Amino acid sequence: MKRHLLMGLALLMLAGSAVAAAFDYGLKARRVADGVYAFIGHTEDFDTVNGGNIANAAFIVAPGGVIVVDSGSSLRYGQQMRAAIAAVTDKPVALVINTHHHPDHFLGNQAFAGVPIGALAETRQAIAAEGDAFAENLFRMSGDWMKGTELQQPTRTLAAGPLEIAGRRLRLLAFDGHTGADLVVVDEASGVVIAGDLVFHGRAPTTPHANVAHWLAALDRLEALTRELGFKVLLPGHGEPSTSAAPIRETRAWLVWLVDAMRQAARDGLDMNEVLARPLPPEFASLPLAASEYRRSVGHLFPAAEQDVLEGRAQ
Amino acid sequence: MKFQRTLSVSAFCALLAAMSLAVAQTGRVDPLDSARWGDMHHSVLADAPFEFDDRVRVIAPTTAENPMQVPVTVDATALPGVEEVLVFADFNPIVRVLRFFPQEAPAQLGFRVKLQQSTPVRAAARTADGRWHVGGTWVNTVGGGCTAPSAAAASTEWQRRLNEVSGRQWTEGPNAGRLRLRIVHPMDTGLVAGTPAFHLEEINFTDAAGKRLMRVETFEPVSENPVFTLQRGALAGPVDARGRDNNGNAFDARIAP
Ligand SMILES: [Zn+2]
Repeated sequence: MKRHLLMGLALLMLAGSAVAAAFDYGLKARRVADGVYAFIGHTEDFDTVNGGNIANAAFIVAPGGVIVVDSGSSLRYGQQMRAAIAAVTDKPVALVINTHHHPDHFLGNQAFAGVPIGALAETRQAIAAEGDAFAENLFRMSGDWMKGTELQQPTRTLAAGPLEIAGRRLRLLAFDGHTGADLVVVDEASGVVIAGDLVFHGRAPTTPHANVAHWLAALDRLEALTRELGFKVLLPGHGEPSTSAAPIRETRAWLVWLVDAMRQAARDGLDMNEVLARPLPPEFASLPLAASEYRRSVGHLFPAAEQDVLEGRAQ
Repeated sequence: MKFQRTLSVSAFCALLAAMSLAVAQTGRVDPLDSARWGDMHHSVLADAPFEFDDRVRVIAPTTAENPMQVPVTVDATALPGVEEVLVFADFNPIVRVLRFFPQEAPAQLGFRVKLQQSTPVRAAARTADGRWHVGGTWVNTVGGGCTAPSAAAASTEWQRRLNEVSGRQWTEGPNAGRLRLRIVHPMDTGLVAGTPAFHLEEINFTDAAGKRLMRVETFEPVSENPVFTLQRGALAGPVDARGRDNNGNAFDARIAP
C-alpha cells in the first residue's frame, strides 16, 4: 500500500516536472458562442504542475479588435494567451478587462502592456494595495512558471453600464461579494455572461475577501440575467461554461450551507479546531477542493460568526 | 489525471500523519524530531525532568492557512494532577505562547497563535512531582494567493474598544460547561519596527465567590483579539474574568451562564 503510493507519487512528480520544464500551459481557445472564446483553467489549487492555470479567461472577437476578459496568473500565461488569440484572429487587442483583484485573473496583464486595461475603481485600488503581495505568494506556490511576472496595474477605470468597444456592445454590471468589487461582462451580440468569480462551477468557491450576504444578492441578480431572452452561455470564473443557471445555484448552495454551518458552529460553542474537524455534508464531499476551501473559509468566516455569538448579536 | 494526483498526494499525507501518530508515545526521544528540542528543554523547561507523553494533546491544523490566527487546543485532561501547562513553539521568534494554571477547571484551553514559520507547537504539563509531560504537533504555515491575509483588514477596533470582553457560557447540549470569551486587544509582538510590544499578560477566572477556576498568563504570540475556550469544571454560576496587559490596562468582566 505504502510502496504503491510512493511509486505513484514519484511517477506523477516526474510527469509533472516534464510538463513544467516546457512551461507550456497548453492554452487552447474554446469557442463558447459566436465570436466568444474561453480558456478553461483546471479546477485545482495553485501548484507547480498547473503553474497557476486554475481560472478561466475569455476573449471576444469584435469587428474592430479583440476584447480580453481576465489575463491569467503570470506573464507566461498572458503571453501564451496572446499567442492562442492570434491563432484565432489577427485583429489587435483593443481592451483587457480585469473582473476582480484576485491574482489568477490579472497577473497576465503584463503581456498586454500598451493595451488599455480596465477594471472597476475598487478593483484598481485593491490591485494597487495587494497586487505585489499576491505575486510574491504565487512565486512560492507556482514556482518558475511565474518567472518574469511583474504587476501591471489596470490603466482605465470602468463603471457599470453599456460599453461600446471595437464595434461590439457590452453591458458591464458592478457587484461585490466575492471581493469588494466584482465585474460581470455581458456580451449583447452573443448572449454570453462572463461572471468572473461570482460563479464557480464544479469547484468549491474561494472566500478570502468575501461578503457572503452581498455575494448571494449578486447571484440572485445574475440568475435573473440568465432568464433574459438573449441569454445563451454563462462563463464562470472557475469551471465549465453552462447554458443554464446551474452553476449559479451550485455556488449559492455552497455559500448558504457555509454561512449557516459557521453560524451554527458558533452558536453551539465550538472552538475553531472543532469547526475545522467537521465532516463535509455528502452533497459537497466530492466537489473538487471542497475540503481545502472549507478549511480556508473557516478561517475567513468563523471569527465573525463567533464574535456575533459572544457579543450577543446572534441568538 | 490532475485530480487523481491531488488525491494520491493527500492520501500519502494522511498515511504519514497516521504513521507519526503511531510512533508517538511516552519517552525521551522527540516524536516531532525538532532540531530545537534541546534548546527548548533548556530555555523553556530549565532542564527539569520531562518525558514526551501522549496524554498531553495539542490539536492544531497540519497546515495553517492564516499564520496570524492558528487555532490551538491543548487538552491535558488525560493526565491526572496537572498544576501548570506551558505552551511554546520551537521556531517562533518569540517561543513562549502562554502558560495556564488549571485550578478548579480541567487542564484544557483553546486559543489562537501567530506563527512566523513551520514549527512544532508544544504543551508541557507539569505535575505535582515537578515533572514535565510534553505533547505537541507540527504546524506548517503557507501563504496562499487567495488566502493571503489582507493588509487592508488590519483593524483599528482596539483603539475604541481596548480590553472589552465578550463571552458566553454553554449550559446545555454537547458543550455544556464550556465558557468562551473574546478580548479586544492588538497583541503587538514588538517585532514590527515602530510598534512596541503591547499585549495581554494575565487573566484570572473565578466564580462569583472568588473561587479560582484558572489563571492564564499570555505572551506576545497569542493572536490579536484573543478568543479563549475553557471548561468551567464543577463550579456553577457566573464566571468573572479579570486581567491586565503589559501597560497596566485592566479589565474585569462577568460572564453569566
Ligand atoms: Zn477570485
